[in-house]
Amino acid sequence: MKRIASYALRVILYIILVAPLLLFIAYAFSTRWFFPQPFPTEWTLTTFQRAMDDARTLSSMAQGIWIAILVSLLSLILALPAARVLGLRKFRGRQLAWLLLFLPTVIPPLAIGMGLNILFLRIGLAGTIAGVVLAHIIPTLPYTIFTLSSAFARFDENYEFQALALGASPWHIFFKVTLRMLAPSLIVATLFAFLISWSQYLLTLLIGGGQVITLPILLFSAASGGNPSTIAVLSLLFIAPPVLVIAATARQLNQHGNQIRELY
Amino acid sequence: MRDKFIFTPWISLAPALTIALVLLGASLFYGIAESVGYVSVIGQNEISFSAYHATLVLSSEFWRSLRFSLWISIASTMISSVVALALAVWLSERRGNMDTLALNWNLAFPHLVWSVALLLFLSQSGLFARWVASLGFITTTDQFPVLVRDRFGIGIILSYVGKEIPFLTIIILSVLRSQSVGYDVVAENLGASRWQRLRYVTIPQVLPALLAGDLLVFGFIFSSYEVPALLGVGYPRALPVLALRFFLDPDLRARSEGMVISLIITLIVILVAVISLRIGERQE
Repeated sequence: MKRIASYALRVILYIILVAPLLLFIAYAFSTRWFFPQPFPTEWTLTTFQRAMDDARTLSSMAQGIWIAILVSLLSLILALPAARVLGLRKFRGRQLAWLLLFLPTVIPPLAIGMGLNILFLRIGLAGTIAGVVLAHIIPTLPYTIFTLSSAFARFDENYEFQALALGASPWHIFFKVTLRMLAPSLIVATLFAFLISWSQYLLTLLIGGGQVITLPILLFSAASGGNPSTIAVLSLLFIAPPVLVIAATARQLNQHGNQIRELY
Repeated sequence: MRDKFIFTPWISLAPALTIALVLLGASLFYGIAESVGYVSVIGQNEISFSAYHATLVLSSEFWRSLRFSLWISIASTMISSVVALALAVWLSERRGNMDTLALNWNLAFPHLVWSVALLLFLSQSGLFARWVASLGFITTTDQFPVLVRDRFGIGIILSYVGKEIPFLTIIILSVLRSQSVGYDVVAENLGASRWQRLRYVTIPQVLPALLAGDLLVFGFIFSSYEVPALLGVGYPRALPVLALRFFLDPDLRARSEGMVISLIITLIVILVAVISLRIGERQE
């Protein structure tokens, strides 16, 4: 009896977890699903096709991907040196550095976005991709630094010295030894910086100001009064990258899940 | 030779620190400047606290929104904690990575998408309404209870609860799994009942982590915009929604008020984060 209850509870848990996905699929690939039919009766690809044919859908996706790539690369470049010293060195003011780098995670995106909105309007970055990229770096940078510094904490510098002793150049060491040893964490950090940027709504809205349209912006306005099928198609497109990434990095998630979630 | 590619710590930290602090500092500076009416766009260059006054006067919508925001944040946090605790205790008695994996699946759905899903599930012409109708309990859409975009924030709370339960469960589970089963077994050998073990062994063990997690969750909910904007109604509005509406108002004086509200939200969230950090430190 207890086994059955436990089994049932687990099944319910899993149903709740996959339900949203099934729901989106049902709305996105059906037509003439009138109230009160409990399930779609006519399956079709035309709903999906129509949403894809809308020029805004593809351009918003392209813009979102482009921004997210720039954001993850930039945060990686900024984070690598910082994470290295935070992970490997003990120095005066280390605590202070951590605190300062993590300050952006405490201050709500709402306040950051509003302040930056005023600043970027003055210096001409409002409504530009560059402005949105800069704004997105604020939430992604602490996360990237955190992931990489815990990788550096497990990193053995002696491999670099050995390469040096064998005559390798610093660049050679950096690319062939350091980056290669950090590869798993590097990939996780990049992918999640990408996802945080990809799903950013508020900062894009406040900085992009209607000029930079990404998928979450489109989805939000559709959800405020569009038809369910369009909403479902946009949702599916929106969660496709996260679903792929989560599936690909399931193992690492057990270590970093909580930190990721906080920024997401 | 070594110093050639391993610089002193602060030089390595400089790029990240500069970007983070310049952007953050500038945004706070301009935010505060805007809140005291220092808006050069309309040529007003003197400090005035009229926006603070307009926001904090007793008759202002701010107080209604503050109550509403506190209600949805506290209710969501408490419901999520209780369910997460039960779920974590239940899962911890079983081994296996499948469950953690399943809980992480939740990460694939940002708050925005999860709210959209709730909208399609629970609205008056949504999936549940269809099911209830096809079972013959209701005949028209308006007979289905208003569960999203309702005055009490039920939809908003449901949305947060759905997202925060997996988050808190993972936190509690990691505490339970990192501790050896010893305490629980000792208590059992000494004759403690299942309830006593939960009350005197398990809960004290996870409480610091759960409390720190709760405060994070509270701060997050209290300051986030998308969910209440999508699943809420025109009145009462959550504080972040009110702040953004004022901020984007064509009337530039309303902008200052929006900024004041956003600064108040920030202040509260920082306070909560500091408390959470303290609890986390004590735990270590």
